[in-house]
Amino acid sequence: MPLNAIELAKLFHDKNPGITSGHRLCPGCAAPTIVKLALMTAIANGYEPVVGLATGCLEVSTTIFPYTAWNVPYIHNAFENVSATISGVETAFRAAKKRGEIPADKKLAFFAFGGDGGTYDIGVQSLSGAVERGHKFIYIVYDNEGYMNTGNQRSGSTPLGSDTTTAPVGKKVPGKVQLKKNIAEIMAAHENIYVATVALADTTDFMKKIEKALEFDGPSFIVAHSACVRFWRVGDDQAVETSKLAVDTLYWPLYEVERGVYKVTKKIKDPKPVADYIKSQGRFKPLLSRPDAEEIIDDLQQYVTARYERLLALEEMTKDNPIRGPWTKKDA
Amino acid sequence: MPLKQAITGAEAVAYAMKQINPDVVAAYPITPQTPVVEYFAKYVADGVVDTEMIPVESEHSAMSAVVGAAASGARAFTATASAGLALMHEIVFIAASLRLPIVMAVANRALSGPLNIHCDHSDAMAERDSGWIQLWAENAQEAYDFTVMAYKIAEHKDVRLPVMVNFDGFIISHGVEVVETLDDELVKDFIGKQIKMYPLLDTSNPVTYGSIDMYDYYFEHKRQQVEAMKYVPKVFKEVAEEFAKISGRKYDLIDEYMLDDAEYIMIALGSTAGTIKHTINELRKEGKKVGLLKPWIFRPFPKVEYQRLLNGRKAVVVLDRSASFGAEAPLYQSVKSALYEIAVKPQIGSYVYGLGGRDITPTHIQQAFEDAFKGDLIVDEERYLGLRE
Repeated sequence: MPLNAIELAKLFHDKNPGITSGHRLCPGCAAPTIVKLALMTAIANGYEPVVGLATGCLEVSTTIFPYTAWNVPYIHNAFENVSATISGVETAFRAAKKRGEIPADKKLAFFAFGGDGGTYDIGVQSLSGAVERGHKFIYIVYDNEGYMNTGNQRSGSTPLGSDTTTAPVGKKVPGKVQLKKNIAEIMAAHENIYVATVALADTTDFMKKIEKALEFDGPSFIVAHSACVRFWRVGDDQAVETSKLAVDTLYWPLYEVERGVYKVTKKIKDPKPVADYIKSQGRFKPLLSRPDAEEIIDDLQQYVTARYERLLALEEMTKDNPIRGPWTKKDA
Repeated sequence: MPLKQAITGAEAVAYAMKQINPDVVAAYPITPQTPVVEYFAKYVADGVVDTEMIPVESEHSAMSAVVGAAASGARAFTATASAGLALMHEIVFIAASLRLPIVMAVANRALSGPLNIHCDHSDAMAERDSGWIQLWAENAQEAYDFTVMAYKIAEHKDVRLPVMVNFDGFIISHGVEVVETLDDELVKDFIGKQIKMYPLLDTSNPVTYGSIDMYDYYFEHKRQQVEAMKYVPKVFKEVAEEFAKISGRKYDLIDEYMLDDAEYIMIALGSTAGTIKHTINELRKEGKKVGLLKPWIFRPFPKVEYQRLLNGRKAVVVLDRSASFGAEAPLYQSVKSALYEIAVKPQIGSYVYGLGGRDITPTHIQQAFEDAFKGDLIVDEERYLGLRE
């Protein structure tokens, strides 16, 4: 379905699609913009969004009782179970439709949002289960690469060399010593799924992917680069700029996987060195003052380059060759 | 016409759910609850019900999914036992705090460790302060009846709380008994249509479920849960009365067995009550004035009823199928606390029995009664039945 540009312009003008202003997220946080873009795309496509949210920054900052920043149906259950929760909501919707309690033509879009902690780590089982069962929902992780709600602790998504309170850069240890978990590939391995990476650097690419997820017959998983201005230690006007650097250095390759078919949606011909990305953020500053900083950045550069080459090869290899046919579900 | 069927407790629960035909069932298999899910899955597969079933990857997700479904306005059901209930623990509290009328059957089983698959009550007792209503069945018939009654209590506008139907693992879940089931139509009419409150799927009236409370509202919300529980006894009695009309079986907060003139009263939950009734029959033949007080409902705890029934008796023997390490066993604790306010206090004694499925026989029950007859009950002493010391 083509995106309704007029509707979209109205929503931009309204500024309050799905999530309204007045929430208490930090100024400059990328998360509410990610939510807004996603819900706006759904609404402009004729869907009514229903939102599930995992415990985290976005959750605590938008629903402080008696207030709520959500003007669409919203449910928060716990930290690790947003996927299971939204699977219950989506199932209730199908049950109600089947029994004629809800009109058959009602178009709802089920979104689950979670931070990287609630997605990569504590919520990964619930997420994997819901995807395996094939619920029609769009999971969006606002990936700020750490437990930022509780004050910058290390997560499975925290990058190599980053300074966090539970994996600090010390005299001996150079901060996080592992690479970030590749959640997009883990989710793509479920095979029945549409997976995409997005960044605020390219909102058109972002909205196209949400559109694709809306029309995809099955679960979708979107990994959104989401700068935490507070703990990445960047200016509160730098979330978009940081994401641009992430894309241009290949730190954050923009691609999608639809039932095993890879597509690099933004090809970067002359990538900038990943060191530019590292040097742009205060969270890597302690690393940079270490004698082994160059070595660690080289490791990351090697990984980033190899991963991109691999993605290009996968794109070539899987072209027009999905690993599964369209996901089907017979009525119970 | 009521139908007499030789079925297990697990099938009785599943059969009741078949008649209720809920919107959503989310469950994960665990011994000894598994047959409940298996029977129900077969109903779905055969199209006997049109329930949407979610075969989740864990009990944590089972409870999470029924929370999502119930918040959406669906009639939702799950079942579990032991470790499964323990894994749900966090979300069990959330379900109650969101005031969702979920029904969950629990085939009571010991908690690990050591690993043990057999009956005791430690799983449900660990959830006694979760805000769920707890009903306790003595046999497959009661498991069936309570499952039929549960939604009417849970969905009542003055209550809006989830209900846990407890039935002893293996002893009830796997034991075959004659169960009298009601006509499908009768059950359907009895249950009625759910009055949905703030359903999430009403997109024209968007609601926020599960907001964050600071110290300025959390306490008031908890207080409302306390308040809702106070309505449960009244609603339970009303539902029981209505149920009696269609089934001929009369339930109350407490099952009173030979209590009128009893001087020595035993209190126990679940299937052991059957063995106690048998022993009472034997002791009555010898002229002993013994009786049984069996709680049909444990949460909320109908303190006033206990006070009314126990005031002035000679002795009260409380049997617990779970321990509270470093404190008194849960049922004993509640009963003893109720007795604090009565005029003529009986002697009271605590007996823990049957942990991990250890058999309890009429001999054990008689032994506990004998202690009471001799005046040998010590209020602060926990004794054990059927244990090698």
